Amino acid sequence: MSAKPDIPVWRPMGVTPAPSTRREQMPTLIVGAGPVGLTIALDLAQRGHHVTIVNRLDFVSAGSKAICFAKRTLDIWDRLGVGADIVAKGVIWETGKVFWGDRPDPIYQFDLLPVKNQKMPAFVNIQQYHVETILIDALSAYKNVDIRWGHSVRDIAVGEAGAKVHVAVGDTEYFVDADWVIACDGARSTVRTTMGLDFEGRVFEDNFLIADIKMKGERPSERWFWFDPPFNPGQSALLHKQPDDVWRLDFQLGWGIDREAAVKPENVEPYVRAMLGDDVVFEPEWYSIYTFQCRRMSRFVHGPVIFAGDAAHLVSPFGARGCNGGVADADNLCWKLDLILSGKAPPALLESYNTEAIAAADENIRHSSRSTDFMSPKSTPAIALRDAVLQLASRHPFARPMVNSGRLSTAVSYSASPLSTADEDDDWLGVPPGTPALDGPLGDGWLLGQVGTEFSLLTNGIDFAGLKNLDLSASPILCERFDLSPGAACLVRPDQVVAARWRHPDQSKIEAAQRRACGITP
Amino acid sequence: MSAINLEPNIDRPDDLYAEIVGMTAGLSDAQAFGLQARLILLLANQIGDVSVIAQLIRLAAQSEEQGHDPGKVEHS
Ligand SMILES: Cc1cc2nc3c(=O)[nH]c(=O)nc-3n(C[C@H](O)[C@H](O)[C@H](O)COP(=O)(O)OP(=O)(O)OC[C@H]3O[C@@H](n4cnc5c(N)ncnc54)[C@H](O)[C@@H]3O)c2cc1C
Repeated sequence: MSAKPDIPVWRPMGVTPAPSTRREQMPTLIVGAGPVGLTIALDLAQRGHHVTIVNRLDFVSAGSKAICFAKRTLDIWDRLGVGADIVAKGVIWETGKVFWGDRPDPIYQFDLLPVKNQKMPAFVNIQQYHVETILIDALSAYKNVDIRWGHSVRDIAVGEAGAKVHVAVGDTEYFVDADWVIACDGARSTVRTTMGLDFEGRVFEDNFLIADIKMKGERPSERWFWFDPPFNPGQSALLHKQPDDVWRLDFQLGWGIDREAAVKPENVEPYVRAMLGDDVVFEPEWYSIYTFQCRRMSRFVHGPVIFAGDAAHLVSPFGARGCNGGVADADNLCWKLDLILSGKAPPALLESYNTEAIAAADENIRHSSRSTDFMSPKSTPAIALRDAVLQLASRHPFARPMVNSGRLSTAVSYSASPLSTADEDDDWLGVPPGTPALDGPLGDGWLLGQVGTEFSLLTNGIDFAGLKNLDLSASPILCERFDLSPGAACLVRPDQVVAARWRHPDQSKIEAAQRRACGITP
Repeated sequence: MSAINLEPNIDRPDDLYAEIVGMTAGLSDAQAFGLQARLILLLANQIGDVSVIAQLIRLAAQSEEQGHDPGKVEHS
């Protein structure tokens, strides 16, 4: 199978030949080489595991998908060694402005990096295809990674100790017996549908036109959002800067429209000119329409089959929580699977992936549903309330934080995680258990670059055996960020999430907390 | 959770009623909806505590379901 007429090609990869045997055995099969499958592959490969990825398409698509990548995602990619390339290619931004009607000044403005002095910026805009190619290039350095382009999963039979996966490449079919299958095959997941699993949620009756265009010119690197602008009356619009002089224009169109007609250049271009001015000089990059849903599976772990990314959960794009949420799944999953594959933790640890990734998905779905309800209120009272917020916000500060043009993705806390050990004292500030560690300057570098990929202990002037210690006493900023008084310590998981902390740590408390974080119940 | 005061708390009840009913006089339904919505938001911010407002919303919704409670209404 080769290029499909409706999917533009960014980088052709070529069909990978079928394996020499019709029946293979492997520890881990990843289905789908989107950003989530690729991130999982890179994390597991760096932890020394052999991974195979099958991907239906034999190219990287150039279609309009994710552009906004959040700090937490950049921290994760930085841990995997690709953060610098992604930031270097991307457009850095941290300010969002919200406009209403024809008012020239924003009615609300937000700063997405309230805590400064961290390595990674609040957000980077970069086309999803650039991210995917950077990940693919990073993976090419690993001999323990086998990516098969143009290989499609057709069916899956799940057993007690693994799954038998039916794969097709062209006319050739073969079977893989995998101990673990990680399904990252996107919103229409074949693995999910052939297993007959649920995918419950809400469908939103709205269409959005995306015009990715190429244009020269100086405009600030900020997210600009409009409610009811003169160039799209009664609807919303969004403008984002991307690398390579590409701009994303996003116009809400409403429900009963002719989707095919809406993406024709002669129908798109009036919108572009109305937003940017009649004299704007631009070239089309890609025009598309999207609709969206907020849904998730009721469980992400089904025996040996683990779901991650869009296959497991879908959100509206407002808030950039789709891919960012999927990369968080990858981050949460890989260290756990690593410990299980190397026999250091019981398979039961995976249940915490189910719990934590679902908690994160629910938070993302809640935010993105609320943003959508604010942007397209459906009933008369809901419209009145939304307009009331906008009217009041243009005059009074109190209403401005209620203006919801998308709550942009930030790190999700697993506040009720079974892996966390509760605080002994209740006077803690700082980063609570279940929350990703905050970055900050440490020595010549940054904290997150130094915590590594194993369990580590952040301390203030003390030292414990059995795991990596990082003494923060020379960094007052970090001691304050973690609220570490002299003698205190904070246990950080391999995914840089805080697991436990103590004002008066001792060896046995630390060991017990680490066992708990590995799913080993006392 | 703060206690909700369901005892009379306004010393000039008729004036209050006249203020509220007068506010929408002569307005279209859409204008009235808008004004009421702005008022709800201003009142909510004045109260400030989401859990109190959530309790008030539930009380308001209950009155709709049950109609008026004859035990508490004093006819004169
Ligand atoms: C217009 C738009 C804008 C967006 N903007 C943002 C944003 O700014 N920020 C953000 O975080 N998210 C955004 N998203 C969401 C983001 O694109 C998705 O969340 C992300 O692509 C999910 O990644 P994934 O790897 O889970 O799935 P996908 O990217 O969908 O990848 C799935 C892969 O699986 C392969 N596959 C499918 N079926 C099979 C099969 N049977 N066998 C083998 N392979 C298969 C596919 O070929 C594909 O490569 C946006 C989405 C859209 C549509």
